[in-house]
Amino acid sequence: MARKILLEHLNVPGIETLEVFRKMGGYQAVEKVLKTMSPDDVTEEVKKSGLRGRGGAGFPAGMKWSFIDKKSEKPRYLVCNADESEPGTFKDRYLMEKIPHSLIEGMIVSSYALGAKTSYIYIRGEYFYVLRILEKAIAEAYEAGFLGKNILGTDYSLDLHVQIGAGAYICGEETALLESLEGKRGNPRMKPPFPAISGLYASPTVVNNVETIAAVPHIVNMTGDEYAKIGVGRSTGTKLISASGHINKPGVYEIEMGLPVEEFIYSDEYCGGIKNGKRLKALIAGGSSVPILPEHLITKTANGDARLMTYESLSDGGFVSGTMLGSGGFIVMDETTCIVRNTWTLARFYHHESCGQCSPCREGTGWMEKVLHRIENGHGKMSDVDLLVDIAKKIEGNTICPLGDAAAWPIASAIRHFREEFEYHVKYPEKVKDPKHFFYAPFVSEKMNASIA
Amino acid sequence: MAKVTIDGLEMEVPDGTSILNAARMVGGDIVPPAMCYYSKLKGSGGKCRTCLVKVSQGSAKDPRPMPKLVPSCSTTVQDGMVVENITSLDVLEARKGVVEFLLINHPLDCPVCDQAGECDLQNLGYKHGLAKTRYEEERRTFEKADIGDNIKLHMNRCILCYRCTYVADQLTDCRSHGVINRGDHAEISTYISKAIDNDFSGNMIDVCPVGALTDKTFRFSSRVWFTKPMDAHRDCKKCSGKVVLWEKGNEVLRVTGRKDKYGELEEFICNECRFEKKNTSDWVIEGPRHIDKHSVISQNHYELLNNIKVDIVKYQKQVAERVNKG
Amino acid sequence: MSKEIKFSDETLEVVAKIILRYPEGRQKSALLPVLHIAQAEFDGWLSSEVMDYVASILNIKPIEVYEVASFYSMYNLKPVGKCLLEVCRTGPCMLNGAEDLVAHFENKLNIKDGETTADGMFTLKTVECLGSCGTAPMLQCGADYYENLDNQKADALLDKLRDENQRSRYC
Repeated sequence: MARKILLEHLNVPGIETLEVFRKMGGYQAVEKVLKTMSPDDVTEEVKKSGLRGRGGAGFPAGMKWSFIDKKSEKPRYLVCNADESEPGTFKDRYLMEKIPHSLIEGMIVSSYALGAKTSYIYIRGEYFYVLRILEKAIAEAYEAGFLGKNILGTDYSLDLHVQIGAGAYICGEETALLESLEGKRGNPRMKPPFPAISGLYASPTVVNNVETIAAVPHIVNMTGDEYAKIGVGRSTGTKLISASGHINKPGVYEIEMGLPVEEFIYSDEYCGGIKNGKRLKALIAGGSSVPILPEHLITKTANGDARLMTYESLSDGGFVSGTMLGSGGFIVMDETTCIVRNTWTLARFYHHESCGQCSPCREGTGWMEKVLHRIENGHGKMSDVDLLVDIAKKIEGNTICPLGDAAAWPIASAIRHFREEFEYHVKYPEKVKDPKHFFYAPFVSEKMNASIA
Repeated sequence: MAKVTIDGLEMEVPDGTSILNAARMVGGDIVPPAMCYYSKLKGSGGKCRTCLVKVSQGSAKDPRPMPKLVPSCSTTVQDGMVVENITSLDVLEARKGVVEFLLINHPLDCPVCDQAGECDLQNLGYKHGLAKTRYEEERRTFEKADIGDNIKLHMNRCILCYRCTYVADQLTDCRSHGVINRGDHAEISTYISKAIDNDFSGNMIDVCPVGALTDKTFRFSSRVWFTKPMDAHRDCKKCSGKVVLWEKGNEVLRVTGRKDKYGELEEFICNECRFEKKNTSDWVIEGPRHIDKHSVISQNHYELLNNIKVDIVKYQKQVAERVNKG
Repeated sequence: MSKEIKFSDETLEVVAKIILRYPEGRQKSALLPVLHIAQAEFDGWLSSEVMDYVASILNIKPIEVYEVASFYSMYNLKPVGKCLLEVCRTGPCMLNGAEDLVAHFENKLNIKDGETTADGMFTLKTVECLGSCGTAPMLQCGADYYENLDNQKADALLDKLRDENQRSRYC
């Protein structure tokens, strides 16, 4: 069995309660940092651990913390990003639902490191039932003296609140999240200034993902150096992967960084292989925003090396033949999948979620969705395929926030790797009239057939 | 002071200046177009993306280029920064894209639009747009909304620059006007159509870069290029009283604020001056208004710039001449 | 609407507590949670009167409430049925049969996406990713997630909701 850190005690009955959580070693890190470490010591350990942001961007967490403006006289804030909304990603919900105290302990330790006296967990509106679980756990933590005034008899005091969202993917972008937390529309802010200088209420703020924060107490307990030994190279520690799609065992898995992708898909310990004995066709490895990979680039890189579950190995080959670890939303597609249809639903998602503030995203996402809808339903033209590539190119990099890129990449990569399938929809409109067109007879590449013959 | 180079032209500007304003200090072709930024409205800018430029050198201290194109209106210059605007093909390509995005859902009803002839989107389209559209889908439309007696809202023409909401926020005491809904359904609205009724609300018309907000009292009276702009003033307790009268014969068809060469108002004017003083006898006429922009009002034609060929030496000469003169 | 638009004293106390979470003068931060409460209290949707009331409680301008309420997809600005069935249809859910599930509901309830049954019991709404991709297809009704659905489970759910005859609410 692979090493588990975040989910080690997942199956212990009552682990959602403070009592059982403490019996399993919970809240030891709070004790350790408040009584034996300075805030800078904690930041130093996180830096040493090599922990990278688990929300998708993979930015080193310790470095992010060190940017916080300590000269400012304003209060500092830690805000946990629990606005998990990236299609394919459901690990934060799982962690908060099953072991809520792991996040709360992480919030206390991290808030101490940052010098925050008030911290917030911003959770997506649809997770209302998880909000209740967190609120209950927070009440327990207050009761036990881990939150509130003079925690464990020290000088350190902290208030922790959960804020509920109301349905907006864009609020997972950290500055949109802060706007939303201030009771406004979730319009991303222009950067600079970065939140570390001017974030929540124009005060120095750090925004971290749930999984990132939950990892911190473990790093404190085992030391950053030990944590850094897990994994491969700059991909240290363990990662929660949300596995979905056409696999036998969908769910959340904790993996050690460096696990081969092939093992993750086919081993019974993880996804358990493709459902119904079908063949693997494509993979979205890190949530809907990352480039899709065709079968031949999933388990091996373009150079023929085994593809590993690390930031580096998944992005090997750049956008030409690689993808990204992203948020760990692992969506597996079998041979019955229509790539055009899948791409269209993702395009519809980004169109629906664009905040509408800047023109390329506001107008471009809707345009791409409409063109894809036409192609999928047999009303496309050959020139539409290149049109999509061009629209994606004109959005990418030109928007206020990364949603524009997130909308452009899946489309650009789907066409890069599956162009023939898009063209098939244009060439044979009558064959794609049935929405399940590849369900009974999977798409077969004419080019590949020709080359074999 | 910071030394910054824009399109090969070196200049020194006060610290904290944005790239766009640095370019405006020199003027001419190196100035990026701006559809949402408005220097007199706090918080405006960054949204339309027409002013994107390339920063090929961040600063003297850190010469690395910026990884993406940046909005020149909200990016501050650094000492030693090197910026490419019209000398960068990436910038021109991105700008072409932005113009296309702004136009795909625009009704293109210029023949019946009162803004035609003094429309920033029209000018931008002529300069950077395509002659044909690649957009085959149905254009977005909004339900008509009545926002009072003086201002006409044509939401279909709106490009969501947010300028009018800043006017409502910053010039008037009660904001009843804002942006509702999300994404490409977002619209300027007073929701349940609450009338916009306060002394400075008329300035929304002047800050609107397109024909989304127009003067109801001028509606369909005349094409702007058939009217004669005259500088005029009056004693006004609420504002400076300095305006432009748009006349036809001896009739005052419209009153607006005075705009500078970047289309920005020099001063905001009150609704009384704008909507209620339509007799020449209400005003002291100063003389004809010079319209500086490339506009049909002054020139009666547009210069087509299908192929923008950049001769930077030419620009440098032009700018140098202008600087020497001024 | 016959009901007077006013929170009960208990609800006002809850709202007052929420406002205490934020620094002084930042009561606007309470807008999202308070709108959820208002929606739950006033028949599952936010009329302009309700939004004006929320504005008055938080001491902000009505337009600030409209701007926010119309931005987030969980606030209903039109009346909805007693039970709002929000069926996820993005990527992974589509791969696992969300489209069939939506079609099933449309047939069974004789309404289209976005419509409400004549008896006012159900509103069918397709939504984008609810973060339950490993248990697809799924739907949300009120605060509850119903996962790994098929037609039979869907029918059983409809029966259950009909029997309970309760208005679904997030909070």
